[in-house]
Amino acid sequence: MPHLPDATDPSPLIHARGLTKRFGSFTAVDAIDFDVAPGESFGFLGPNGAGKTSAMRMIGCVSPVTSGTLRVLGHDPASHGPQIRARLGVVPQQDTLDNELTVRENLVIYGRYFGLSRAECGRRADELLDFAQLAERSGDQVEHMSGGMKRRLTIARSLINEPELMLLDEPTTGLDPQARHLLWDRLYRLKQRGVTLVLTTHYMDEAEQLCDRLVVMDKAKIVAEGSPRSLIERYSTREVTELRFAPGIGETLDGRLEGLAERIEHLPDRILLYADDGEAAAAAVHQRGLQPEAVLVRRSSLEDVFLRLTGRSLAD
Amino acid sequence: MASLAHPRTTFGRVFEHRFRQYRRTFRASLFSSFLLPVLFLTAMGLGLGAYVDDGTSEALGGVPYLVFLAPGLLAATAMQSAAFEATFPIMGGLVWNRTFHAMFATPISGRDVALGNLAWITVRLTLITTVFTIMIVLFGAASSPLISLAIPAAVLTGLAFAAPIAAFSATQRTVEKFNAVFRFGITPLFLFSGTFYPVDQLPLLLQPIAWLTPLYHGVALTRALSLGTITEQPILALVHLAVLLTFVGVGTVLAVRNISRRLVRG
Amino acid sequence: MTALRLTPLLIPGSRRSMRLVERNVYVYRHTWLVILSGFFEPLFYLLSIGFGLGALIGTIPGPDGEPIPYQLFVAPALLASASMNGAINESTFNFFFKLNYNKTFTAILSTPLSPGDIAVGELAWALIRGGLYALGFVVVMLVFGLVVSPWAILVVPSALLIGFAFGAVGMAATSFMKTWQDFDLIQLVILPLFLFSATFFPIETYPPVLQVIVRLTPLYQGVDLIRSLTVGAISPILLVHVAYLSVMGFIGLAVVSRRLDKLLLT
Repeated sequence: MPHLPDATDPSPLIHARGLTKRFGSFTAVDAIDFDVAPGESFGFLGPNGAGKTSAMRMIGCVSPVTSGTLRVLGHDPASHGPQIRARLGVVPQQDTLDNELTVRENLVIYGRYFGLSRAECGRRADELLDFAQLAERSGDQVEHMSGGMKRRLTIARSLINEPELMLLDEPTTGLDPQARHLLWDRLYRLKQRGVTLVLTTHYMDEAEQLCDRLVVMDKAKIVAEGSPRSLIERYSTREVTELRFAPGIGETLDGRLEGLAERIEHLPDRILLYADDGEAAAAAVHQRGLQPEAVLVRRSSLEDVFLRLTGRSLAD
Repeated sequence: MASLAHPRTTFGRVFEHRFRQYRRTFRASLFSSFLLPVLFLTAMGLGLGAYVDDGTSEALGGVPYLVFLAPGLLAATAMQSAAFEATFPIMGGLVWNRTFHAMFATPISGRDVALGNLAWITVRLTLITTVFTIMIVLFGAASSPLISLAIPAAVLTGLAFAAPIAAFSATQRTVEKFNAVFRFGITPLFLFSGTFYPVDQLPLLLQPIAWLTPLYHGVALTRALSLGTITEQPILALVHLAVLLTFVGVGTVLAVRNISRRLVRG
Repeated sequence: MTALRLTPLLIPGSRRSMRLVERNVYVYRHTWLVILSGFFEPLFYLLSIGFGLGALIGTIPGPDGEPIPYQLFVAPALLASASMNGAINESTFNFFFKLNYNKTFTAILSTPLSPGDIAVGELAWALIRGGLYALGFVVVMLVFGLVVSPWAILVVPSALLIGFAFGAVGMAATSFMKTWQDFDLIQLVILPLFLFSATFFPIETYPPVLQVIVRLTPLYQGVDLIRSLTVGAISPILLVHVAYLSVMGFIGLAVVSRRLDKLLLT
């Protein structure tokens, strides 16, 4: 591996200023600024098409930057792509496993791409098979595995070069709840070991579980930045009361809910009342003689932050 | 009753599906079915033929090499097209885009899927062999008006491969073994079944093996029609015909059985 | 500019590309039969056309005009066309599949390997395979007594050169392909080359104008090169053949490398 001169500013692992990606006339990432510190777990949160994947691919040095500054591990992807990639672990949105190879061969050959010796690849592959709980599937063809197993193998594969920085694009999208929790557990262990994680997600619970700090992206721009807790405090109330009315009634309520909460959101299927005391808000609704079909009081989540920032829900 | 909407019409729908698929690639494939005979007849028949005729042409029954070769290539081309149509598109419908499974969810039965595909292959083969035969006539390589009957003979030759190969394809989940079918089945048959020279040129040991293959009988029948020599040995021609029909019959039964089983298994 | 940058990559020290070769070796450990089968195709042709049909031909004018047995004439040409075909198969169908469906390369790009490494690695793999086939075929030629000149020692490198030229251009062409149907175009080029590059009969068979055209086509360079080496008809024109094929390969490699940058690094 060629020796890299020490970076001038060793503190942030990723440093982006005015980072922009355009495809023809379409702007996928529009002049975003952010830094990721060593050991941090950093998230891009946003709906599909917000520009998260484009940002990740630029960081992964497989997509040329259109304009702005980007430094990854202290270096410029345009000139040091291979050297940077040698120190990254990448989990793409869609599994890119080698279907023509077995589970173990996938790990070994991937290690070989990084220039590791065959013996070293074999040793790490066995270790990672244990880590990903795939040891007994070692000789299976990848094609016939479940989605959750493929995902774990992809993560194991991305660890073969003992990366300093991991890029995870939608790591648990499409998995069933059990498989997601297993994956979160594995990612949490990596975090404990001091690996820096950068991930994108449109799942609020995932962002809250895994991210120390995140940026909310919408329409190619960053619209807010902070820890999950601080974002909720800044952009939402402590609690939310969700009301569901019979079809057709919701639209006739204009004005009758006024003053019950700090903020009211009308969604197609429900109405959200933002108040620090959700139970009180629910009681007040009944006092006004309104009879929702269902009432749910819950704590505010990043979903609410997103709704507040963009006027849309994340699931769209 | 809806259940009376029948095998005949339902298998027609399978046929229609293949036809619609095909229309998209129609031009490219018409081009190649027209170009292939021209290229082969020119290179092997005219180019190489000039040197064959220099040698011992009595081995060819006293006709110029082009005239000898043309019907052999016709039958062999039918075999190759049939083999292709009975492998990849069948795999496509059963595995890749699963359109046959989608059909199976409607009143269409496994039998309809099998017969519809074979009917479609018959039409494809008729088109290819007709164009090929016209080329043979234009090259002046036909000695008898009976060449018009070489078209059904070549189609039958193709079906003698298409039906059993379709039955085989229905048992496969990957294309891995197709490679072996072509490399160790179709290509050697193309080269050693009397297409390019009479099988009595082969080592004695190989001759009985050639007799067992449908292409040998297809080439012999097609050539006898093209050269007009069929009237000299009508019994032999009937043997060829019987062998081909046996392959088509048994192959069709197996294709219907295997495709139905495969669709039921999902 | 690009060609200059690529040249050092082709030096055997290009270790990163070789890891892609290693990947393909892993894949083919599961399907070694496919590899092995590639060796049989030219062998079948040699036995059928060379010996079977050759018996009806006798001798034919060799590269220097001297009559030589037909087997001796056609064997080197079959080796040259097999080198072309092998390289084309690997660099078109297989390459298209890896590029568009298997996403093999997408994963590899997250490692220190670059698109240029991928292009060179894939080509190197096609050449290693082709080299093994060529070696096997030369052994067959030796067994049949079809190698009559010590210059034949250069036959395997020549076969590799043909593979390099066609493999690189094949990959370049594939990088522009959108659908499987576009491959009809490749067959439209390859089949005439196979049939008309003085493969089966001497170039003198053509009228003078056509001779000039054939002499300009790429497979003719390879056929004449290998045939001249096996019969020992050495002349300066062989250097022209070598230069032609080398330039063709480097142009192809420069194009595919630039195209891969564009296709994969978006």
